[in-house]
Amino acid sequence: MNKDVFTIVKKEFTRFFGDKRLFFSSVIMPGLLIFVMYSIMGKGLMKSFSVSDDYVSKIYVENMPEELNDNFNALGTDITEITDEQVDESKALLLDDGSDKIDAIIVFPQDFIKVVNSYEISDGNEAPNVKIFYNSANTKSSRIYSLIVSILDEYEASISNKFDINKLAEDESYDQATEKETTGMLFSMIMPMLLLIFLFTGCMSIAPDAIAGEKERGTIATLLVTPVKRSSIALGKIISLSVFSLLSGISSFLGTMLSMPALMGGNTEGLNASVYSAKDYILLFLIIISTVLMFVSILAVVSAFAKSVKEAGTLVLPFMLLIIGIGLSSMMGGGSSMTALDSVIPIYGTVKCLSGIFAFNYNIAYIFIAVGMNIAVTCALTYVLTKMFNNEKIMF
Amino acid sequence: MEELIKVTGLKKTFKLSSKQQKIEKTKSKVKIAVNGLNFNAYRGEVFGLLGPNGAGKTTTLRMLATLIKPDEGDVVIDGASVTKNPDMVRSKIAFLTGELKLEDFFTPNYMYDFFSDLHHVDAETRNARREKLFKRFGIDKFAEVKIGSLSTGMRQKVSLVVSLVHDPDIIIFDEPTNGLDVMTAKVVTDFLMELKNEGKTIIVSTHIFSLIEKICDRVGIVINGQMCVCDLLSNLTEDMSLEDKFFKIYEEIIGEEV
Repeated sequence: MNKDVFTIVKKEFTRFFGDKRLFFSSVIMPGLLIFVMYSIMGKGLMKSFSVSDDYVSKIYVENMPEELNDNFNALGTDITEITDEQVDESKALLLDDGSDKIDAIIVFPQDFIKVVNSYEISDGNEAPNVKIFYNSANTKSSRIYSLIVSILDEYEASISNKFDINKLAEDESYDQATEKETTGMLFSMIMPMLLLIFLFTGCMSIAPDAIAGEKERGTIATLLVTPVKRSSIALGKIISLSVFSLLSGISSFLGTMLSMPALMGGNTEGLNASVYSAKDYILLFLIIISTVLMFVSILAVVSAFAKSVKEAGTLVLPFMLLIIGIGLSSMMGGGSSMTALDSVIPIYGTVKCLSGIFAFNYNIAYIFIAVGMNIAVTCALTYVLTKMFNNEKIMF
Repeated sequence: MEELIKVTGLKKTFKLSSKQQKIEKTKSKVKIAVNGLNFNAYRGEVFGLLGPNGAGKTTTLRMLATLIKPDEGDVVIDGASVTKNPDMVRSKIAFLTGELKLEDFFTPNYMYDFFSDLHHVDAETRNARREKLFKRFGIDKFAEVKIGSLSTGMRQKVSLVVSLVHDPDIIIFDEPTNGLDVMTAKVVTDFLMELKNEGKTIIVSTHIFSLIEKICDRVGIVINGQMCVCDLLSNLTEDMSLEDKFFKIYEEIIGEEV
């Protein structure tokens, strides 16, 4: 029996690795596509949300206080003084797209500095108000608005400083989270879902054709008239498909990881995948392998049930939604730690384990239970697949 | 003569859809494809199943080849029962029909070796057989061409050769010359004669009278899933041609002229 399984696995490998197109479309392409798409998306997002350094903002100011001139000039802006009457008509220029376009209008009360200095909170009067008109739909206008606000905040703090919050100091860091903590939190939220989806789509791109496709093309019947045991055919298929799916899943995963810096706009400070130990990675690998086996066996049974590749593709969709749904639970669970009950629920247990490993908060016994469950499901489904290969109503 | 294949009380029914029930004007939920078929085939003979389309020939052969299971009855092939020991039956027979395809991606060489491995044929025997059969059918020139790129006739020849990797004593052949051009059909017919001379037992199904007349020793005429006549070809064609005999029998059974 083992020899037959090996013969079938060998044939499937020859088919998969010998077909350059199939190999390219199911292993190279997913990763490459994700990498290129995310990188472009990341660059595009950065571009639309950032303003080039040499841009000179144009602002109109009424009643500009001389004391603040230096602060504003440091921004490198083009300041035009206007009168009260001009304010209303200038507002249209905020929405202008031409050369007259301005980025902000600041209206200071008359004698701003004097008014501010003489103002006492205890008087109960309304505090002096600085109006800044801007256009939030425009990146340049938004940016200068926040810069103006911060200058004024700073000025306000300098005239009446009662207390500071987290004042910048060279020798002190307020955020106590280590690189390990930051990575753990972020990864435990997003990685389980990403991994699950990538592994499942990896299987989806391969399993239906290898089983429903062979059924549709009448090539599996040729195999079924040989004395090979149905269980050998089922096992051979599941083993080889698992290898291909794993490769496809790894490709998507690598694509995502490599494009992460571009997608997050270079803002990956505090993230470092090397915070995980070899033991973490081994456990991760165990879970991933057992999950792929389970996914492949699910898809193999569904594909064997379908009459064509197309039908298999449709039948698989509810499972895809289920996987995404369960994957999302890692984002919403609030990082609650795993229980023994979680570990025996297929797929959900896997998500919990992945989440736990990424967050450095796991119980090794539960991980082995979850891996065992995945293997048990795989065995059960392999048995079902064997029965299906024996069932003439399904196969012919 | 040694009885190599013994078919007893073979019955197979298929479920009918409610729409199909209306078309056939029947209240029965099942269609009886094969209804209590009996026949024997002896070692070294060519047995022909003759009958119109839909008579149940293919269904019978599929049951012989263990692709589908009989509802009732049994087939014992060289001591192995198709219901109790299908794996054993599969190792003793070659089954060839148009529905069994080979994967387009592979070459005849690869497919031949793959199926040889599945039949546990040792490498030496395999290579010798492959060389002989590929040469016999002219596949040697296309041995490394992907099956998907071969002509229909060549593909059929490859299927035939691949089904014989284990050199079985019993060959079950559904419509052997269907869809083949006259040249290829002749190659196949001649090859069947060769196999017969080697002492193989062959069961073919067909609706082509000339094929039966050319190669068969005995004939079973199947109409509506039942074996109407089963006799030596020489007895059936004593007073009239096989074709005339067939229509005469058909008329008697169905009760109307064709």
